[in-house]
Amino acid sequence: MNAPSDHPAIETRGLTKIYGSGNTEVRALRDVTFTLNRGEVVALLGPSGSGKSTLLGIVGLINAPTRGEVMLDGTPVYRDARALVDVRRYRRERIGFVFQKSNLIPFLSARENVQVALEIAGASGRNARRRSMELLETLGLSDRAHHLPRALSGGQQQRVAIARALANRPSLMLADEPTAALDSERGRQVMGLFRDLGHQQGAGVLVVTHDHRALDVFDRVLEMEDGLLRDATVSDLTAGATNVGGSQPGEA
Amino acid sequence: MNLAIRDVRHNLGRFGLTALGIGLLLMIVMGMGGIYQGIVEDATLLVDELDADLWLVQAETRGPFAEVSRLAPTLEDRALAVPGVVSARRFATHTIQREHGGRQMRLVVVGLAWPQDRGEWLPLASGRRLAQARFEFVADESLGLSVGEKLRLGRDVYTVTGVTRHMIGTGGDGLAFFTVRDAQTIQFELSPEAIRFERESRRARAQDLDLGLTQPALLERAGRPVETLPAIGPAMVSAVLVDLGPGADGDAVRATFEGWPDVSTYTSDEQRSLLLEGPVDRARRQIGLFRALLVLISALVMALILYTLTLDKLHDIAMLKLIGARDRVILGLVLQEAFLLGAIGYVIAYVVGMQVYPFFPRRVIITNEMLIWLAGAVAVLCLIGSILGIWKAMRVQPNEVLS
Ligand SMILES: Nc1ncnc2c1ncn2[C@@H]1O[C@H](COP(=O)(O)OP(=O)(O)OP(=O)(O)O)[C@@H](O)[C@H]1O
Ligand SMILES: [Mg+2]
Repeated sequence: MNAPSDHPAIETRGLTKIYGSGNTEVRALRDVTFTLNRGEVVALLGPSGSGKSTLLGIVGLINAPTRGEVMLDGTPVYRDARALVDVRRYRRERIGFVFQKSNLIPFLSARENVQVALEIAGASGRNARRRSMELLETLGLSDRAHHLPRALSGGQQQRVAIARALANRPSLMLADEPTAALDSERGRQVMGLFRDLGHQQGAGVLVVTHDHRALDVFDRVLEMEDGLLRDATVSDLTAGATNVGGSQPGEA
Repeated sequence: MNLAIRDVRHNLGRFGLTALGIGLLLMIVMGMGGIYQGIVEDATLLVDELDADLWLVQAETRGPFAEVSRLAPTLEDRALAVPGVVSARRFATHTIQREHGGRQMRLVVVGLAWPQDRGEWLPLASGRRLAQARFEFVADESLGLSVGEKLRLGRDVYTVTGVTRHMIGTGGDGLAFFTVRDAQTIQFELSPEAIRFERESRRARAQDLDLGLTQPALLERAGRPVETLPAIGPAMVSAVLVDLGPGADGDAVRATFEGWPDVSTYTSDEQRSLLLEGPVDRARRQIGLFRALLVLISALVMALILYTLTLDKLHDIAMLKLIGARDRVILGLVLQEAFLLGAIGYVIAYVVGMQVYPFFPRRVIITNEMLIWLAGAVAVLCLIGSILGIWKAMRVQPNEVLS
């Protein structure tokens, strides 16, 4: 499978998320409607506080929306704030997450952090061990497999988290600035892994990024601003990046 | 992959110290139970070992272990005359405190009916049983006497022929086994000075009597040892132990004794329960109370520790939920750590306890039932102690990872 299919991995309709109430009310998402097909690798851009992580949290079944609908693989999963499926099971079986922080379990070694995701999804101990070693090898961490997270650099920790997210061959990969802690070489490699997951394994991939240099790996770019989502074209943004440089807008 | 063990390994120092603390608490809980068991066994030891079918004691009293009981030794012969009785033994006991080797020594003087009872049943650690009617005794090792050592009690010197182990009275003092005659002598005999005073006063009393004036021999007799004085009467014993022959009708024999106005009759079991309800009862309740308090404290400490152990992992638990871990994985993590803590604490309690209990001033007896009981109690403690942590762990939301 090389091209994005028309089979939607994510569909949202009128997604609204309101945090707090009264004076402290924050509208993090306003009426967000979009589709992400399987096999499609999509970037999500936007200034800080624009609602990118919030969107990821909702389509990743971690947070319920205030209003709106979410469908994953054609199955309705949220109708307004109500979950229609066993969200934990969906997360376990179909979704891979990478966050801004690596969020590794501090008492598990690098390998065990990957293995635990596999075992939670039902893999047997031996298979899980083998696959986690393979993944760490792919990410250049085989010599760090037995180290605890605190003995790893920030970039290494993030790569372990990426290995963990890839472990169960998710049909939906959600990554929130996965390459922020990596050098450009590693960043490019990780983006390549995500692209392979989309293009070769047919997963839907949604990556929040600030790194405009790496946008060419994406099929499509979405941009958020103040809770609103719009499509942007890759060429526009890469062109913009060369002009504007690092002056991506700060607080919205 | 076991998450609990990995977390424990990661926090080994803190976990180990906590387990040690819990272990020491449990050791004391266990020791309290052992002390109680020791008190019960020490208290009932003599009754059990003497193994009499019936105890005859002074009328209206509860027997020599509960209060002073005095009987004329002739009761032995009267009891023997009752049909169905095959043996009657005199028994005397009283506690004395004397100075020996520069320290105060409390010993429970036990008089055995010589020659029927030479202490064949005594568990000897060294030496031998009584071999002569007078001036020998078998002492418990807790008295600190060794075989061959001589002890002056009153006017006479007694030699230790044997040493027993764990023969302790209700008050925790070591037992010393003499013949009944020696026991009586020790009870009623005094130091040479006191004897001289007593003799003088006896002579003075006798001289004041017509009898003393007309019978000079009586004056002379007043100077003899107490237990041979006819005018004073034979020294009293504490109880007479009666054994029934095979096929004897116990109820009938007992009914006979109960008809006698000067005695009360108890079976060994009754003596036993009188002991447990009497002198031992308060100690037992005290220990029971302490034990209950310690169990409560252990429960609180464990709950607190398990709660903080869980709080420290809350972020990780949220992360596990985020990647889809089922509740039983989380539950397993918290509960397994609780049980691991309990199990290690239990082992520490046992191992340390076995080393230190022998140094406790009172005997500590750890029975298998007690070990099983404690294991059950620890399991319940672990469960109860985890409740707070589990509640917290179940409530944590995966989105807390994001904040
Ligand atoms: N749990 C929360 N409670 C209240 N407000 C929140 C919460 N999470 C996010 N917000 C608010 O919602 C808005 C969107 O936040 P979000 O984290 O989605 O932004 P973002 O685009 O991911 O920003 P960044 O690029 O800095 O990560 C922000 O104004 C933020 O303050
Ligand atoms: Mg964010």
